Amino acid sequence: MLTLYTRRRIINVTGLLVSMLAMAFGLFWLCWILLTLLTHGLTALTPAVFAQMTPPPGSDGGLLNAIAGTLIMSLLGTLIGTPIGIMAGTYLAEFGQRGWLAPVTRFINDILLSAPSIVIGLFVYEAYVIRVGHFSGWAGALALAIIVIPVVIRTTENMLRLIPNTLREAAAALGAPQWKIVSFVTLRAARAGIITGIMLAIARISGETAPLLFTALNNQFWSADMNSPLANLPVVIFQFAMSPYEDWQHLAWAGALLITLSVLTLNILARILFRQSATTH
Amino acid sequence: MPPDYTKKLQSITMKSTLLHQARLKQQIWLDMLFRGLTRTSAFGVLVLLVAIIVSLVIGSMPAINAFGFGFLTSTEWNPVTDEFGALVPIVGTLVTSAIALLIGIPVSFGIAIFLTELSPRVLRRPLGIAIELLAGIPSIIYGMWGLFVFAPLFADHFEPWINDHIGTLPMLGPFFSGPPMGIGVLTAGIILAIMIIPFIASVMRDVFEVVPPMLKESAYGVGATTWEVVMKIVLPYTRIGVVGGIMLGLGRALGETMAVTFVIGNAHELSKSLLMPGNSISSALANEFTEAVGDLYTSALIELGLILFFITFVVLSLARLMLYKLGKGEGQTT
Amino acid sequence: MKSETVHTPKVIVRDLNFFYGNYRALKDINLDIAEKMVTAFIGPSGCGKSTLLRTFNRMYQLYPKQKATGQIMLDGSNVLDPKQDLNMLRAKIGMVFQKPTPFPMSIYDNIAFGVKLYERLSRNEMDERVEWALKKAALWGEVSNKLKQSGTSLSGGQQQRLCIARAIAVKPQVLLLDEPTSALDPISTAHIEKLIDELKKDFTIVIVTHNMQQAARISDFTAYMYLGDLIEFGDTSTVFTNPKRKETEDYITGRFG
Repeated sequence: MLTLYTRRRIINVTGLLVSMLAMAFGLFWLCWILLTLLTHGLTALTPAVFAQMTPPPGSDGGLLNAIAGTLIMSLLGTLIGTPIGIMAGTYLAEFGQRGWLAPVTRFINDILLSAPSIVIGLFVYEAYVIRVGHFSGWAGALALAIIVIPVVIRTTENMLRLIPNTLREAAAALGAPQWKIVSFVTLRAARAGIITGIMLAIARISGETAPLLFTALNNQFWSADMNSPLANLPVVIFQFAMSPYEDWQHLAWAGALLITLSVLTLNILARILFRQSATTH
Repeated sequence: MPPDYTKKLQSITMKSTLLHQARLKQQIWLDMLFRGLTRTSAFGVLVLLVAIIVSLVIGSMPAINAFGFGFLTSTEWNPVTDEFGALVPIVGTLVTSAIALLIGIPVSFGIAIFLTELSPRVLRRPLGIAIELLAGIPSIIYGMWGLFVFAPLFADHFEPWINDHIGTLPMLGPFFSGPPMGIGVLTAGIILAIMIIPFIASVMRDVFEVVPPMLKESAYGVGATTWEVVMKIVLPYTRIGVVGGIMLGLGRALGETMAVTFVIGNAHELSKSLLMPGNSISSALANEFTEAVGDLYTSALIELGLILFFITFVVLSLARLMLYKLGKGEGQTT
Repeated sequence: MKSETVHTPKVIVRDLNFFYGNYRALKDINLDIAEKMVTAFIGPSGCGKSTLLRTFNRMYQLYPKQKATGQIMLDGSNVLDPKQDLNMLRAKIGMVFQKPTPFPMSIYDNIAFGVKLYERLSRNEMDERVEWALKKAALWGEVSNKLKQSGTSLSGGQQQRLCIARAIAVKPQVLLLDEPTSALDPISTAHIEKLIDELKKDFTIVIVTHNMQQAARISDFTAYMYLGDLIEFGDTSTVFTNPKRKETEDYITGRFG
């Protein structure tokens, strides 16, 4: 016969043990995935990966064109998406107290933030690729930009909202016009947080595969022509990993390791940057 | 000094008045320009949404005209005869997401409890970051890992066991019997679960942290155990937010492409068993879109995309509304 | 009141009412702020003293649902007139806040920021102006060798003096101080109080304070407010030693509030 008190304690201990197990379960996958990546990826990561083009099956090669393509498209996507995102985020935080536009935009943006990225790819295909008649690097960059925008909007708004109103009042009390208050005082004060958000956005798009499938497609050769299909790491990984050729699969692992390492590095750097700025203010 | 200063002040004030009036027009202009630019950008988000919907609808018109509502209930998928139905991928999407939630919810809940209530303070940050990193890994990595590492292991060690033990049960049996291939709806669901756990866990953790410490302390004060505080104070207080977080995870799972495409098997067949290959909307798109020949085939795929967008839009809207409600009402349990 | 006739009024407030939505936060306020004197607003929290101060430069306009009616005359024009040019008004009326609000830029740029809004100065003139403002704010000695450092790197008391320097660099006529020492330690507070005494040679100063001793020490005139009403207004020594109203006396002697 258990007393009520003992039963409560047993339930408590069991519950807490289970939640510890859940935590271990979560970490287990992280470690397992990273370990697999390292073992498969490191052996495949040769200098040739950075020096040669993607090969046909059965011959030697690397991922140079794919790495370059991913860098170019991520950069362009960020360059297109970031200014729009910062502007819209600024509107939500600084000008949107009155009227319907801000709440509706905020809601729609939060949905776009987690909308399926493959649908973004379909949209760019319909709206751009069909019109110009061929897959292209520009289409890929455009799809990535559409993914960047909601991320940057959300962080810009969040970071601007952390800026105390007294700072805005102090600038207004000097008679500064609003565009100066926002661009020289509040946006500047929120700078570190916004940069963090942009870094997280870059981390996100550099691993995105689905939206590139129907936009940038792939290219087996070196190309710097943004108006033609452009090789990129995620799609190459997809094609090579799904192929029956072992050397292609090796390259896929190397690419997967590269992408994961850069994404995780970006994530960690962003966090460190944000923490540093949070402690110095 | 003082009289001199006063004179100087007056002359400066005069000068600045004139100067200011000249610059004033310019400032008003710049203000309007700046506000207009930010407003246009914000409006652009709405335009983007409308453009996505409109272009998907236009793209699916041929398929909508050809199949009507029958598209939603037909299991046919035959590019040769140009007959298409969406039921198989829709079911695949829903079933894999359901499996992911079934596994993901309890695990995420446990992780969130651990991070907010149990973890030693020094570990809280690194563990939280580790979970967020798990969310940051690109989905294609999950897919690859699933195909090369998880699926073979699953086929060799788990699926035979499932066949022998669950597959023979009277009611559940048919859902859990089939050749142990490693690839299939169940595997896809499990990989999806691993993917969405960090999303749900981070939202739950953030939501748990809005509970006022005083409330928890009062409960501890009357002698409640940690588990009781979580179940009777934290969870009721944050119920709406927890559900919102789950819906957010569901939104991710429904739309996830790469993690599923690698392991679901891409078979346009509706089979009862979860061990059999199936298809989801997003993996059908990823596999077939660039190879689709003929307008009707392409259009049918775009209509699949439209359906996916519609489903996720509804789910994500509900999720956001719930999270907003939590933010506004600070978790009132009404 | 007798004392007002002796001094030129700089700001004349007539029938001022203020609303947060439907809530009336100020009720028919009438008072004159004397030129180049220090006027203090005192009263318990929520009495409307900060609200009153913030109507003088229409700071409330940043927020929806807040509005003021009545008249606040400055140099013969009504501050509350919608046609009033806000930027010009705020050039004439400087403000310093409860907590220091250094902008996220260098000490030099913090001060130059406001000046550049109104005047096009040469590099030399701007250097002179920055030095002048910092000297006026009694901060020059401490920061003259680190003007390029971030304003946020200063201590709390220094930051507040930087904000005062920033406000006076624009050469306003009126300086509004909203509880400027409430976030500071006693030594920094003494610094600022001394500074206020210096500044009143050049500026008309209005200060909101929750600290009655501070009002008694530094102000020439005192207004006691309670629940949106102006209860008593007059010479500081009269208000503190010989209040006309019972409520004022209760508050000052600490029997209430």
